[in-house]
Amino acid sequence: MPSNGIAGKVAVVAMGCSHFGERWDAATDDLILEAYNECLSTATGISAADVDAYWLGTLSSGLGGLTLSRAIGSDDKPVTRVENFCATGSEAFRNACYAVAAGAYDVAMAVGVEKLKDSGYSGLLRQDPPGDGTAPELSMTAPAAFSMLDPAYCARHGVHPDEMRAAMTHVAWKNHDNGTRNPKAQFRSPVTRDTIDKAPKVAGRLGVFDCSGVSDGAACALIVPAEKALDYTDRPMYVEALSLVAGSARASMDTGYDFTTFPEVVKSAKDAYAQAKIDHPAAQLSFAEVHDCFTPTEIVLMEDLGFSDAGNAWKDVLGGEFDADGRLPINPDGGLKSFGHPVGASGLRMLYEAWLQFRGEAGDRQLSDPHTALTHNLGGRPGGCVSFVSIVSRRLRAEART
Amino acid sequence: MSAGIVGYASYLPRYRLEGKDIGSRNDRVVAAFDEDATTMAVAAASQLLPAAASPPALYFATSSPPYADKTNATAIHAALGLPPNMLAADMCGTGRSAFAAMAAAAQCGGVAVAADVRIGRPGSADEKTGGDGAAALLFGEDNVVADVLASCSVTEEFLDRWREPITATGQQWEERFGGQRYTSLIRRASSAALDAAGIADPDHVVLACPNSAVLKRAATMVKGQKSVTTSPAGFGGAADVAIALCGALDIADAHDTILLLSATDGCDAMVLRTTELLTASRQARTLEHQRAQGLPIKHLTYLSWRGLVALEPPRRPEPERPAAPPASRAGHWKFGFTGSRCQNCGFVHLPPTRMCRACGTADAMDPTPAAGLRGTVVTYTVDRLAFSPSPPMLQAVIDVDGGGRCTLEVADARPDELNVGARVRFSFRRLFTADGVHNYFWKAVLDDAE
Repeated sequence: MPSNGIAGKVAVVAMGCSHFGERWDAATDDLILEAYNECLSTATGISAADVDAYWLGTLSSGLGGLTLSRAIGSDDKPVTRVENFCATGSEAFRNACYAVAAGAYDVAMAVGVEKLKDSGYSGLLRQDPPGDGTAPELSMTAPAAFSMLDPAYCARHGVHPDEMRAAMTHVAWKNHDNGTRNPKAQFRSPVTRDTIDKAPKVAGRLGVFDCSGVSDGAACALIVPAEKALDYTDRPMYVEALSLVAGSARASMDTGYDFTTFPEVVKSAKDAYAQAKIDHPAAQLSFAEVHDCFTPTEIVLMEDLGFSDAGNAWKDVLGGEFDADGRLPINPDGGLKSFGHPVGASGLRMLYEAWLQFRGEAGDRQLSDPHTALTHNLGGRPGGCVSFVSIVSRRLRAEART
Repeated sequence: MSAGIVGYASYLPRYRLEGKDIGSRNDRVVAAFDEDATTMAVAAASQLLPAAASPPALYFATSSPPYADKTNATAIHAALGLPPNMLAADMCGTGRSAFAAMAAAAQCGGVAVAADVRIGRPGSADEKTGGDGAAALLFGEDNVVADVLASCSVTEEFLDRWREPITATGQQWEERFGGQRYTSLIRRASSAALDAAGIADPDHVVLACPNSAVLKRAATMVKGQKSVTTSPAGFGGAADVAIALCGALDIADAHDTILLLSATDGCDAMVLRTTELLTASRQARTLEHQRAQGLPIKHLTYLSWRGLVALEPPRRPEPERPAAPPASRAGHWKFGFTGSRCQNCGFVHLPPTRMCRACGTADAMDPTPAAGLRGTVVTYTVDRLAFSPSPPMLQAVIDVDGGGRCTLEVADARPDELNVGARVRFSFRRLFTADGVHNYFWKAVLDDAE
C-alpha cells in the first residue's frame, strides 16, 4: 500500500494568493504578506494568534523558518521551511495537512513564496552543492530537458511534428486564454497561435511561449481538522488525497525509458486516486490544475494522469477537450504558463484555484458547479523527478460524487 | 633496454578556418572551443592504447599547457584509464620537448604524446599557417613497427621564435635569419644521424621546424629517396614533429628508413627503420584523410573560442568551478568515463552508483568503462538558454552499446546533423573553465564526423 492517506481528515478554511508577475516593487516579505493578509481576511473567527504552526515552501528565496516568521512577525511559533524542487509549495501544504491530521496542531498554515525576478538572469537558477562538474542538469536548462519530450512523443506515437507543434501551440493558447480571465495572472493578454508558433526558440522546438512565466509571487492556506471546518467558513475545501513520489532517477539511466511519460506522475496519480477512491478520474474530476511548465509537459501529463489514452493526448488537446469549456478543463486559472511560476508558491496557487472555484469566486472563469479537483505539481525533469498529486473537494468524501 | 615504435596515431580536430576568411590559399585546422592540448592528447593516445594497456611511462609535450603548477599528463593518464603505478609527466616547451618525450620513451618504453593549440593574432602568419593537433607514439620492445637506429642532437642559442608564457600569441624574428641558422643545423644533424645509423640516403625524410622558410626549402636541404614531408596540418608547435612522423608512417613501406628532423633551437634527428609489421599496424585513418575532412567554422566564432573577441553570452550565470574533493572521488567517472554494472541484474549505471537502481542490490557493482564504446542517440535538444563557451549547447541522451544510458553534450556538430538513432562515440573534452579550473568531462561525437 503506497499510503494510507488522510482523506476527510483535514480541510482548508482560508486561502490567499498574491498577484504573480514581475513584482519589481515587492520584496519576498511583501509577497508573503500579500497572500497572508488575504488568507486571514477570508477566515472568520480566526486571527494570526490562532495559527499554531507554519510550513514555508521556497526554493531559493530564503533559508530557514525565519524567512516567514520575520515577514509576518509571528510569535515564537514553529516554522518549517521545506524545499522539493518545483513541487515545493505542494510540499509545504502536504506537511501542514499531516500535522493537523495527526492532531499535533489545531490550526496550521502553509505558505509558499518565490522571488525569482531579482536575479537578472533568464530562467531558474540552481543552487547546487560543490560537485564534480559532470551532472547534465548543471548545464542543461529546464526547457532543454523538457523539450526532449517532443521528438520522443512524436516518434513513439507516430505523430507528425507539425501535429505535435499544433498541440503544443494549443496548450499555450488555451492557458493564455484562460489567463485573460484571471486578474492575478502574470500574463493577461490574449496570445495568437501565430505569435506562439513564431516566438524565438529557447530549446529544441520550444519557443518563449512554450515556457512558463518566470515570476514573483506567494500563496497561502489555512488548514484545520475537517470536523471543525464549518466553524471557520461555510464553504471549506476538503483534502481527499495527498501523494508524493520521488523517483530514484532510474529512468535517466534506463535504456527502457522513452521520454513520453513521467513514471513518477503515473505512480503518484495512482496513489492519490486510491486514497480518494477515484476510479474514472476524467469523469469524476470537475477540473484539474497541472504542472504545465512547458507545453509538451501538459500533453504528456494528460496521459500520465489518466485523462487521455496513451498516444491520444495531443488529439484530445487539439479537440479542445481540456479547454475551459471542454470535457475536463485543465488549468482554468492559466496555469504556470500565464499565471506564472514562482516556484515555491505554484503548488499552493493550484489549490487556490480549486478554493475559488468551489466557492464560486472565480469570476469570469467560474466553472459550472465544480465539486472535485486535482492538482498536480512536478519538480525535476524527465528521467528523474518528484511528483505531487492532491485531490480536493467541495464536500466531505462521504457526500462527494454521489 | 632500447625500444622501438609499436604504434602511432595522429589526431586533427574537426574544425577548419576557411582560407578566404584568413587570407590564405589553404584552410586552417583549428581545435574546437572545448579542446585543448590535454584533450587532443587523449584523442590521439586513446587510438593506440588497447583496453588495460599499461605502458611504463607517459610523456606529454606541449607549448600550450592548460595548467601551470599542475601536471597536465595526469588528466591524460586518468582519461586513458592507465594504472596508477607509472610515471606521467609534462614536457612543456617546443618541438624539442616532443623530441625529448620520444627519446625518453625510446629509452625505456612508454607513450610520447604531443599536442598543441597554436594561436595567432587575426591576420598573422601563425593564424594562416599554424595548425592545432596531436600525435601519440607508443614505444616498446614487442611488435615493433619501426626500430630506432640512431639519434643525435645539435643545440644552438639564437632568437627565431619566442613567446612569453603568459601570452597566447608569439612572435618571430626576421624569418631569413632563422632560416639561415636552421639550414646549417639541419645539415649537421642529418649527416651525424645518418652516419651513426650507417645509412647514406634515407627513404623518407620528415622535417619539423617553426621557421616556414625552412619548410619551403625542405626538399633542397635534405634528400629522401621516396619522400620529403612536413606536417600537412600546418605548424603544430610541440606536436609538429610527432604529427609529421605519423604522416610518414602512414605511407612508408616495410623496411624503409626514415630520417626524422626536428629543428627547433638546434636540430634533433632520429633515424628509424620500419618493420614488416608496419603495414598491418597503421592508424585507422591516415593523417592525409584526417586533414582532408573538416567542418568550416566562422572566423568570428573561432576568435571568440580563443578569447580574441568576446561575444554576448546568454543571460545565464556562469557555471561554478568543479570542486576538488568531489572531482577526486568521482575520478573514474569524470576522467575515465567508467560506470558500474550490477552483479545481480546487470543494470548499468552511468555515473556509477552503490545501490542498483533496477534491483536494489547494494554494493555489488563491477566497473564498466564506456570511453571506448559506441552509442546511439535516443533523443536530443538544442539548448539556446544554457551557458556555453560557444552557444547553442547541443545535448543528447545516449544509449551505450552493451548497456547504460547517460545525457551528454554533443561536440563538433551542427544542430542539423543530429537525429534520433545517430551513432556516436565519446570524446574527452573541456566543458568550461571556471576560476581557472578546467572542467574536463566526456562528450558524445557523431561517429561519422571526422
